[in-house]
Amino acid sequence: MTRANRLPFALAAGIVATLFLGACERPPTQSKQIGYRGVGMEQVINPRTAAKTIAAVKIPDVIPAADPGGPKASTIYKNVKVLGDLTENEFNRTMAAITEWVSPEQGCAYCHNVENMADDNVYTKVVARRMFQMTRHINETWKSHVGETGVTCYTCHAGKPVPENIWFQSKDKASKSIMAGYRGGSQNNANKSVGSTAMTADPFSDLLGGGKNEIRVQATKALPGTHNVSIQDTEKTYALMIHMSEGLGVNCTFCHNSRSFGNWTSSTPQRTSAWHGIRMVRDVNSAFLTPLQSAYPATRLGPHGDAPKAFCSTCHQGLAKPLNGAQMLKSYLELNKTALK
Amino acid sequence: MALLNFEKKYRVRGGTLIGGDLFDFWVGPFYVGFFGVTSVLFAVLGTALIMWGAAIGPTWNPWTISIAPPDLKYGLALAPMREGGIWQIVTLCAIGAFVSWALREVEICRKLGMGYHVPIAFGFAIFAYVTLVVIRPFLLGAWGHGFPYGIISHLDWVSNVGYQYIHFHYNPAHMLAITFFFTTALALALHGALVLSATNPAPGETVKTPDHENTFFRDTIGYSIGTLGIHRLGLFLALNAVFWSAVCIVISGPFWTRGWPEWWNWWLDLPIWAL
Repeated sequence: MTRANRLPFALAAGIVATLFLGACERPPTQSKQIGYRGVGMEQVINPRTAAKTIAAVKIPDVIPAADPGGPKASTIYKNVKVLGDLTENEFNRTMAAITEWVSPEQGCAYCHNVENMADDNVYTKVVARRMFQMTRHINETWKSHVGETGVTCYTCHAGKPVPENIWFQSKDKASKSIMAGYRGGSQNNANKSVGSTAMTADPFSDLLGGGKNEIRVQATKALPGTHNVSIQDTEKTYALMIHMSEGLGVNCTFCHNSRSFGNWTSSTPQRTSAWHGIRMVRDVNSAFLTPLQSAYPATRLGPHGDAPKAFCSTCHQGLAKPLNGAQMLKSYLELNKTALK
Repeated sequence: MALLNFEKKYRVRGGTLIGGDLFDFWVGPFYVGFFGVTSVLFAVLGTALIMWGAAIGPTWNPWTISIAPPDLKYGLALAPMREGGIWQIVTLCAIGAFVSWALREVEICRKLGMGYHVPIAFGFAIFAYVTLVVIRPFLLGAWGHGFPYGIISHLDWVSNVGYQYIHFHYNPAHMLAITFFFTTALALALHGALVLSATNPAPGETVKTPDHENTFFRDTIGYSIGTLGIHRLGLFLALNAVFWSAVCIVISGPFWTRGWPEWWNWWLDLPIWAL
């Protein structure tokens, strides 16, 4: 090989090496041990990457508490169905808060007909009312997952009218191929919600949609024939678990000791919280989000005409504790009143 | 032990790296040399420490005995013997024994006037081990990132460390390493099948020569790498398998902390895709 025709190869090798290394991170890293020494139960994070995720969390200032006393909102305003027993001042403070949390640029008119605030013909108002009920339901019923930190509108919305991370049923592309280039079952599309893997882009319809489909796919007995799970179901579980990990910015060992994923005694305490979280998301999707389908205009619906739904990253947004554990609910107790439904 | 009649011509004096004539002798069929002595010393001390670790551990079940590295809190410092110090010294002994053995191979190569192919090949295996228990723990900042010395426990480590990066099959160096391992096996299978069939002819036929072996692959797949070439190819494949294995684990953590699938986003993010 002459020097002249060696050059293109050297260039190509240089470009490939640059791309590969450029895609990587650099040391130093930080690691945390979460199990007995030597078994690899640990979290390794890159502090520079993690700092960016945390810096992206902006917690809005708390609006000063409303002056106590005064008439109930239901006696002042018409058509107040959920927040009627707040005082007028509390009610207006809540409205100011939700505007800042959900539609800071669009303002009141995002949900209200400003000519007639009681008008229910704006779809966003109907949805917002249901979302108040959902928020209270989560804070009241799902303490097993949200604890005393709870959730507010801002947990998911973070200043955006539509939360950043939502899911729809995936549109299966018709696949002519059964081998290379297979696209059936939403496979091989590097979908971000399942960590850019080639696995199904929609493990959510079956596993988080509201049913009680079994997520566990590992056999509990060694003998064949006692526990038949397809490759597709197994990948569905793996895809869902990858979504959970990526959604929380953690790895599999945050909850599981991978020597036996299903074994509770060797799992970490976080797995209990995640178990309740899965049930919570199923409940929220089936009781609140899916039924809102008829309220939305077509532009808000998915390719199959289904309503937008929640999964782990909707609240978590890359952090093990949503909003990095910020205690917002404490300042807005009207979202946590168990008596009001 | 009886001396085979051709062994005498391999017992050549000299070629030692250290110690001159002092250790240049044989015990039975085994060449000793300075590095033979250090190999034995390191191996005996390391094995004794493993026995001690087992003795103060919870079990004598050979499957579950585990000599675990220190907690991460000790960082790159020495740990108390019962809390990972044994692992640290066993690691030192293992590296000492492995490197001694490689240098003993070098001395033998020098005696026989051979190239250093064998010690270099073994050096790749040592490099892979050192990557796991020294280089990667050093880059991550704690000896506790090494793997435990136990039959089951080291498998737990492999599994958990793999799942720390969500899906290890997306690790590009792991992909290369696996491909080289499988290709090594394929090449060995093709080579072995050819040699066996050439040297075990049908009744009444003669043993086939290397020329015939070449024509077999030339006629079936259009190319024969040749009798010498297959061994060069085998060495290339095997060394690459080991080398990329070492790369795939050293980049996991120090150079990538997230899921390996999303590392490939650089490909998806290339500005060449029309949306």
